[in-house]
Amino acid sequence: MVNDEPRAVPAGATVAELIDSLGLGPRRVAVEVNRTLVPRAEYAATRLADGDAIEIIHFVGGG
Amino acid sequence: MNGADTFTLAGRAFRSRLIIGTGKYASFAETRRAADAAGVEIVTVAVRRVNIVDPGKENLLDHLPLDRFTILPNTAGCYTVADAVRTCRLAREAGVGKLVKLEVIGDEKTLFPDVPATLEAAKILVDEGFDVLPYVTDDPVACKRLEDLGCAAVMPLAAPIGSGLGIRNPYNLRIIVEQSRVPVIVDAGVGTASHAAEALELGCDAVLMNTAIAGARDPIQMAEAMRLGVEAGRKAYLAGRIAPKLYATASSPLEGLIR
Repeated sequence: MVNDEPRAVPAGATVAELIDSLGLGPRRVAVEVNRTLVPRAEYAATRLADGDAIEIIHFVGGG
Repeated sequence: MNGADTFTLAGRAFRSRLIIGTGKYASFAETRRAADAAGVEIVTVAVRRVNIVDPGKENLLDHLPLDRFTILPNTAGCYTVADAVRTCRLAREAGVGKLVKLEVIGDEKTLFPDVPATLEAAKILVDEGFDVLPYVTDDPVACKRLEDLGCAAVMPLAAPIGSGLGIRNPYNLRIIVEQSRVPVIVDAGVGTASHAAEALELGCDAVLMNTAIAGARDPIQMAEAMRLGVEAGRKAYLAGRIAPKLYATASSPLEGLIR
């Protein structure tokens, strides 16, 4: 699940691949997997498993 | 000649004493035009989930480049210490620095802060190395506690968020200004340029606003008005106003009157 939306990724996909597949590569985003923050440097090494809950945030207009 | 009149936040000097929020604008382009008209160096942003079904072509930060603006992520919408701290950690990981606007809301209707929760979250965040700018009630004791915890500034409200009521308790703000060794930034409640001027006249270091500009009929013109209001208020503060008196004092000489 990504931001509570179901999302299928190839077996063994990494956070980096998920970010790219969503077209978020160049953006400033942050990612949690199962509520644990994943540092940007670890995106390529962090593999996703079936049933993982992934949170991806970015910045929007706000006060 | 005097050096530039700046205020220092977390070790960095800023010339502009106006900080604006980026919510409620019609477009990203309008947000940027308002930021330029306001002459700001710091803008606040919110942290939200990416819409993964439709991430959109543009992003707010495409219009607010980091080499031009300091990005101040907020924890708007957080009602608990855990949510506020989590939001700050995510914001920092997204790579815009370690400055955060901490708000832990205590009441949906007034959006007044939950002060004990704000203190608790501030302590955690300061310990983790964040530069914490807490939104807080105009309570001198709460502001002192936040300063003592190591916050980089205190941000007392003028009036409820988005209310436009202006400074409801100038005397409390004066006490907060007198006691504080960190910058005092009035955050929330400003409605028009005279309110912004008043905050600076009271000796506050800066003022933060969003709705007052974004909600104006002409946001760009209001952004400029706010810039001028802040500049006027600051100059008046530095100039040292006259003491108010109940009775008149003539401005013209009393000698040489025609008979």
